[in-house]
Amino acid sequence: MTSILLIARRELGAHFKNLIGYVVIAALLLLDGLMFHAYALSDGKNLSSEVLREFFYYSSGMTGAAGILLSMRLLAEETREGTIVLLYTAPVTDWQIVVGKWLSAFLFVCVFVVLSLYLPLMIVVHGSVHPGHLAAGYLGLTLVAAATTAIGTFCSSITSHQLVAGILGAVLFLLLVTMWFTARIASPPLDDLLAYSAFFDKHFQPFTKGAIHTRAIVYYTSVTFLALLGARVVLGTRRWR
Amino acid sequence: MIEVKGLTKYYGPSRAIYDLEFQIESGQIAGFLGLNGAGKSTALKILAGYLLPTSGSVQVEGIDLLASPERLRSRIGFLPEQPPLYGEMTVRGFLAYLAKLRSYPSSRVAARVEEVAERTSLVAELDSVIATLSLGFRRRVGIAQAIVHDPALVILDEPISGLDPVQIVEMRHLIRQLGGDHTLLISSHILSEVEETCDSLILLRDGELVAQGSETELLQRFNSALSLRATIRGDVTTAHEALMALPIVTNVKAEDLPGGDATLNITLERDEPESVASALVGSGVALRRLEAGHNQLEGLFLEVTTGKGASS
Repeated sequence: MTSILLIARRELGAHFKNLIGYVVIAALLLLDGLMFHAYALSDGKNLSSEVLREFFYYSSGMTGAAGILLSMRLLAEETREGTIVLLYTAPVTDWQIVVGKWLSAFLFVCVFVVLSLYLPLMIVVHGSVHPGHLAAGYLGLTLVAAATTAIGTFCSSITSHQLVAGILGAVLFLLLVTMWFTARIASPPLDDLLAYSAFFDKHFQPFTKGAIHTRAIVYYTSVTFLALLGARVVLGTRRWR
Repeated sequence: MIEVKGLTKYYGPSRAIYDLEFQIESGQIAGFLGLNGAGKSTALKILAGYLLPTSGSVQVEGIDLLASPERLRSRIGFLPEQPPLYGEMTVRGFLAYLAKLRSYPSSRVAARVEEVAERTSLVAELDSVIATLSLGFRRRVGIAQAIVHDPALVILDEPISGLDPVQIVEMRHLIRQLGGDHTLLISSHILSEVEETCDSLILLRDGELVAQGSETELLQRFNSALSLRATIRGDVTTAHEALMALPIVTNVKAEDLPGGDATLNITLERDEPESVASALVGSGVALRRLEAGHNQLEGLFLEVTTGKGASS
């Protein structure tokens, strides 16, 4: 555990010293605000809960993008710069390396998630919001952050180019997002499996309405675990190559 | 003690190293030599715990690489040819981070960082950001990170590559100092450097071990000619005759130098410079200088790693 925290703390420090991290967060916060203004507040929505639901819907996309963009460099950059040797030759397991790296990106994306709080707070000021709705929505965003940073970490482990890792991560993320559509045209029993795999459709919708479903938590936790497992396998395989 | 047995590594169907077997005594400085593609880097990466072997075993102080990989890695320090450094960190932060990551007791990390900085002449740069340092200092940080957790085995891959002459002398001194406390394995293409710093040599060819031992042992084992170079003033013919009368001398080549001096290139069967010196002094010439002949190690290296002798 100590090794995981050590790796995460160093990496988090690198995130805060890297301009790209700030640019990504600033750009996504700007987009989040524009979406909020253009969609969540439009179409004559009068109920605060409806506005909040729309906010969580758009914010989940921004959180997913932040997860991919802020994790794409994690292992790819280390491989490219040759500093991965410091981790490979340290008395730590491949799991500890992967989890430490992922944790740093996850916490950094959480900074973005926390900074987006000003938007729902405006709804709180001008309307009436149930704290449970807010908590459920932010739990959903946190789970999305965990899963997408894990996907980004996995993609970052298979290449030494962070841009390639970013593109791979975006493609994988979009594939998961559009699974609901693929499920519609697939035959049973594949359609059920694809529908369950869809990233937002059934799993994130309840959070936007203030509901917490166990199966959604299991889904995002599973995606996170499987992606991190994939990254661990890639790292382990490299030792044999 | 470092013990390597039957170490073999395949990258797919291609063989990188095969059945390597050698030992390095604690506190020794061993030079790892071979042509490009001889398998040095692969062997070093396995010893450092970066790669896993296809078969064979590596033991450092009795700890086995495959049985306890993490434990073994905490006893090894590795400096690759390009020092792996986090440019955004300070030297102090970087060294402290790696010491903790490599299981050095937390309560002693700060003191250890100071101690290692002192040893590697980095005290003035401890709070500098690594990205702002010169190549020489970066290489020092590279060495410092390799020893900060007080490992039993320190592996240095081309430690003087890219350094200027002053930095080379400083690095040589530093490596010599480290030899007492750690076992060192140094890979280098600069043979004179290996000659200066290493107690023993390990020579590879096509992924296989072809020789191990001290330079003198290897020169004798491979019948490589030992040579001395004497600078004298006086009658060259008398000196030549005196040397050729010695049973250990097989050849003497004389060369006149400006100013009345002459150089004698002496080929010997055994390493006995004292006999040569006595013979020259006894012949009545003024012995102005007696030094090891050039290219002895180079000749051995060429002979062992390529099967061809040195041309000079």
